[in-house]
Parts: sequence; structure tokens; C-alpha cells
Amino acid sequence: MDKKLAIELYRTMLRIRRVEEKVSALYPGDKIQSPIHLSTGQEAVATGVCLAMASADHIYGTYRGHALYIARGADLKKLFAELYAKDTGCARGKGGSMHLASPENGLMGCSAIVASTIPVAVGDALASKMSKAKRVAVAFFGDGAVDEGVFFESVNFALLKNLPVLFLLENNGYAIHSKVADRHKQTQLWRLGEGLGLKGRRYDGNDVFSVYAETKKAIDGLRRGGAPRLLEFMTHRWGEHVGAGSDFNESYRLKGEEKRARSNDPLPKARRALETKWKISRDVFDRWETELQSEIDAAVDFAEKSPFPRAERLWEDVFL
Amino acid sequence: MSAGGRIIKFGEALREAMFLAMEQDPAVFVMGIGVDDHKAVFGSTRGLVQKFGKARVFDIPISENALTGVAVGAALGGLKPVFIHIRCDFLYLAMDQLFNIAAKWRYMFGGQMNVPMVIRCVIGRSWGQGAQHSQNLTSFFMHVPGIKVAMPTTANEAQGLLLAAIEDPNPVVLIEHRLLYDIPGHVPERLGPIPFGRAEIRRTGKDVTLVASSYMAVEALKAAEFLESQGIDVEIVDPVSLVPLDRETIVNSVKKTGKLLVVDSGWSTCGVGAEIAALAAEKAFASLTGPVRRLGQEQTTCPVSKPLEKIFYPDAAKIAREVFDMMGRAFPDVEVGGLTTTFKGPF
Ligand SMILES: Cc1ncc(C[n+]2csc(CCOP(=O)(O)OP(=O)(O)O)c2C)c(N)n1
Ligand SMILES: [Mg+2]
Repeated sequence: MDKKLAIELYRTMLRIRRVEEKVSALYPGDKIQSPIHLSTGQEAVATGVCLAMASADHIYGTYRGHALYIARGADLKKLFAELYAKDTGCARGKGGSMHLASPENGLMGCSAIVASTIPVAVGDALASKMSKAKRVAVAFFGDGAVDEGVFFESVNFALLKNLPVLFLLENNGYAIHSKVADRHKQTQLWRLGEGLGLKGRRYDGNDVFSVYAETKKAIDGLRRGGAPRLLEFMTHRWGEHVGAGSDFNESYRLKGEEKRARSNDPLPKARRALETKWKISRDVFDRWETELQSEIDAAVDFAEKSPFPRAERLWEDVFL
Repeated sequence: MSAGGRIIKFGEALREAMFLAMEQDPAVFVMGIGVDDHKAVFGSTRGLVQKFGKARVFDIPISENALTGVAVGAALGGLKPVFIHIRCDFLYLAMDQLFNIAAKWRYMFGGQMNVPMVIRCVIGRSWGQGAQHSQNLTSFFMHVPGIKVAMPTTANEAQGLLLAAIEDPNPVVLIEHRLLYDIPGHVPERLGPIPFGRAEIRRTGKDVTLVASSYMAVEALKAAEFLESQGIDVEIVDPVSLVPLDRETIVNSVKKTGKLLVVDSGWSTCGVGAEIAALAAEKAFASLTGPVRRLGQEQTTCPVSKPLEKIFYPDAAKIAREVFDMMGRAFPDVEVGGLTTTFKGPF
């Protein structure tokens, strides 16, 4: 790993963290009027995965999509404008927080129906193979998505046709308030596809450098014509499932979970590596923070000042 | 309304009915995402798991189609499942088991078996529920024979229809509306089932018949108040039960007023309102003094952006305007008091 990449990984995570903090702070003001699902605590997964992708690769995500959007390098102004449901948003204010997309950055869309984008990513990989595009598709989903039949059907088809698709399982331990063990006998979720022939592994999802490295390896393999794979990254959801609050004290949470989650915070881990291995000094970190803050402020300001969509927009885009 | 009784919220009425049904019949069990968690499906299942235990009240994997089939099987095996979905949108995944299996099992085998199962689902509206968390699938459920369908509007109907649904020997889909959950209403001291197939006349009037169900009936009532202040007297019929449908009450009202406006709480195209408009054309044509009108969601996808969402949905003001138009009167230069919903997210 070179220094430039290490810095980019760290700064992308920081960007996600600070954006989510800003969203949380804004939320009680009722200007963001949609359900929000934050990625605070889970930054390393989206970051490592998205940075390991080539710029032409495609990724499909879920309603917990802010992190993917940011990690694909999409425009912060359009993100906040979308959260404000303004005409200048990345989905012209029609999608809101749950439906981010930035096709020019390879983020092909986020859906609020669990598991619904998994087969779509497989189809994208089919197109890539049929047109010899060398493009890899990533299906990014949570531990709840493997409950759905469509996950297994998609895996089977992808294997059958040997498609360049990466099944990326972000395991934050919960589907809403439901633990993995309350939904699965086999809690090593990466093994679920074994009977179908799907190879995979489980990794620490809070170490951005290893998320990057493992994803890169997998994507390189797919680009060379290797079989579809599944990577499971373990992480923690710091907030409540939906909304801006924290709920570590709720009864569904495990004892001592907050402490474990915070001790696994992916940001300080990465920062320590940057400090020790690449000798990055404190004022550099401070400068990044300041730059980021003003960028976020500008994005919020842009969202605030942007107009809502005109009435006619309601009927546009049903068909081309 | 009967003397005595209490005022409770719609969601609380559902909760009480769930309790009663489980107490009365050990065959009743409840499953669905979050039925046993601290949010308890907007409070409507609160306390059930504590009282009846994990065997009868349980969370499930996110597997709508398979678990619908499981519910069918449990029903064939002698139990009475209540399967709850916090959004109707998730039921698209269960269409196979619902329509090919649940709806067909009795008929396909010549009436030898029946499927006593209940599906509860909630329509989302407002706070940016958007494309995939706002859909009303009522007309889908109505379209395929073999499933009873009801939409409670009041707290009393919530408890009564839920109890009737659980007692019913057939598959029943009960469609609830998120914005109704916090509305208080009168319930009798002793809860009890309300039979399917009975429409409610929410308001009597002579000028125009409004047919509106679920949350749209609430908006229609608001419109009616305003219209009354303008000298227009509308009658509001709430079908409540869609399958079976109380055709008689609707037809009689249309015959009386000669004018029909159907306010759909879903899309108009092939919607519930289309069925009711057809009913008027078939059974009350001679009494109609003008064309039947329909209001519904705009024929587009539900947007998140608030100003667009406002246009997307029918509301009291739109209903009032439509009625003025039907009466051949110009709309006056006054505000129609919108409904003040206290609903705030995140969900
Ligand atoms: C088909 C379907 N069923 C139910 C839901 C309700 N729901 C929304 S998010 C969620 C949990 C998904 O958990 P997971 O896949 O682990 O993702 P996470 O929220 O943890 O990122 C559920 C059940 C849904 N959106 N879609
Ligand atoms: Mg999860």
C-alpha cells in the first residue's frame, strides 16, 4: 500500500463520518424529510470496497447508501441537495436519502427493498461479459439480504454463467433489530453459498486497509475471468436502524456492544497507521478536517439555497 | 355509536384486538419482522411476546415469499397465522404464495380445505417514504379471487376487522394506513368482530356521493366540512370492506345524490376507484346526473420531495375543488383547511 492510497482511504472514511455527523445534526431541524439510514461506524467497508473498484466498475447498494455515494467520489453538493429533496440533488429530489445514484461514478442505484439490487448487479455483470467490457459489478448488501431467496437464485445464476460479479456482504450484526443468529442457523454468512459453489471468506470490516486489499484481490480475480466470490466484512452499526439517534441502550443490543463498537472505530485505527507508518503529522490531519468542514458547509449551503423541483417534474421520468 | 366504551388510538385498537384474539384462541400466532421488538410495529404488537411467549410471537428472516407459504401451511395444519408487514411494498415479494397458493388452495381442490390466515400491512405516506415505501396494493389484492380485503379507517374498525379477519376461515389482507395510527376513536367496552361486507356511511348528504376509504375517508370528511360551509352537502361512503364489497350501500347513495366522486387511496388506473366507478355505471346509470369522477394518486411514482409529494396525493383541498367542479360552481377564493398531521419521521 502506498502513502497516497492510504491517505485517500483515510480521508474518504473521514468524509463519510463527518457527513453523517452533519446529517444527524441537521435531522432534528426537519429539513431532511425522509427516513435516513446512516453508515457511522461502518465507513471502512464502503471505503475499502469503492476505492478498490476501477472507475468503470459498477456498484449497486441499499437505502443505507450515503457511504457508497461518498466513497465513489460523487458530489457532496448533490448529496445534501438530495437529502433536502431539492431539484439539484443527485436524483432531482425524487429519491431522497434511500435512493442515491451517481452512474457517472459507477454507483448505479440504491434500493429500499432488501436484496432487490443483488440480481441487478448480476445482470450488469452478464452485460459486461457478453459485451466483453471487462467491467466488474459489485452487489453491496447487508446481513439481512441473505435471508431472501433472490440472494441464492442470483448467486446460482452468476456461478452458472461465471459472471464478473462480487457479492459484498456488509455484516453489521443486525437487520433492523434482528440479530443474525435470530435469522440463521449458519451464522457464518459467507458460507451460505457454499452448496451452490460460491467461494468466500469473512474479514474484519473495520480495518480499511485490509478491506481494500481483499476487495482488490477479488476484483482483480474477477477481471481475469475468475468465478464470482463473496466477501463478508464484519462491522458495527453505531446508530439506530433508521433515524439520527443512537440506541446502544435498547434491549435488543448485546451487552457491552457500544464499547466494542467504539474500540473498533475504523478511523483512529487508520489514523494511527498514517501517523506511524507514513509519518503524517497532526497539523496535516487538522488541515484535512478544516478543508472537509468547509466543503460540507458549502454543500449544505448549496442544498439550502437550491430550489425544490417544479411541479411538472412530478410526471417526468416515468418513461424516457 | 353505542353508549359507554372508550376513546383509544387506531394503533392501540389493533393492539388490543391482537391480545384478545390470542387470548381467545390458542391457534392464533403472530409473525413478522419486528413484531417482538421495542418498536412493536408502531406499538400495535406491544406486549404480545411478553404475554404469549416467543413460540407464538416471533420475528422472522426477511423472506416474505417463503414465510407467506409457511403461513399458508400453518393454516392448513390447523393454526391461525397473523403475518405483519410494516409496509405493503414488501408484499410484492410474496405475490406467488399469496395469489398462486393462498388464494387458490380452497377452490383448486374443490373446497376440501381452507386457509385461515391474516396478513396485516401498512401503507406509508409522507416524510419522504418515496418510491418503495408508500405503495398501496389494495387493488392487486382485490383483483385475484380468493382473498378477502379490508381497510379499517377508525379505531373501532381496526379492532373489529382484525378480530373478524382472524376468525375468518379464509385468507384476509388487512390494509392499515400509517397516518391513521395516531388518530383516536371510539371503541366499545367489549371488543368484538365487525363483519366484512359492510360499508360505513361516514356522513349523510344529498348533493354528491364521495366514496373514500382508509386515510382518504379522513381527508374526505375534512373536505365535507369545508363544503358544508359553502352550502354543498356531500355524503361520504367508506367501503371499509373491499372484498366482499357492500355494493348496495354505494349504489343506493349514488341513486340518491346522482353524483359520484371516488377518491382512491392508491393509483386510479385499474384501482379500487375504477371498480366503484364501474359499479355506478352498471347499477346506477339512470340516476347519474353527471359523469363519475375519480381522484387518486397521480399516475407517476411517489417522489420524496415535499412539494411534489403534495401534488402526488389527493387531499381535502383537491376533493373540495373536484366537488365544486361537479356542481358547476366556481371555486371560492378561500383556503381549505388542510389536515394537520402530526406525523414526523423517521419512519
Ligand atoms: C423486502 C423487504 N422486506 C423488509 C424490509 C424492511 N427492512 C428495511 S431495512 C431491513 C433490514 C435489512 O438489514 P440488512 O440487510 O442487514 O441491512 P442494514 O440495515 O443492516 O444495513 C428491513 C427488514 C424491506 N425494506 N424490504
Ligand atoms: Mg445489517
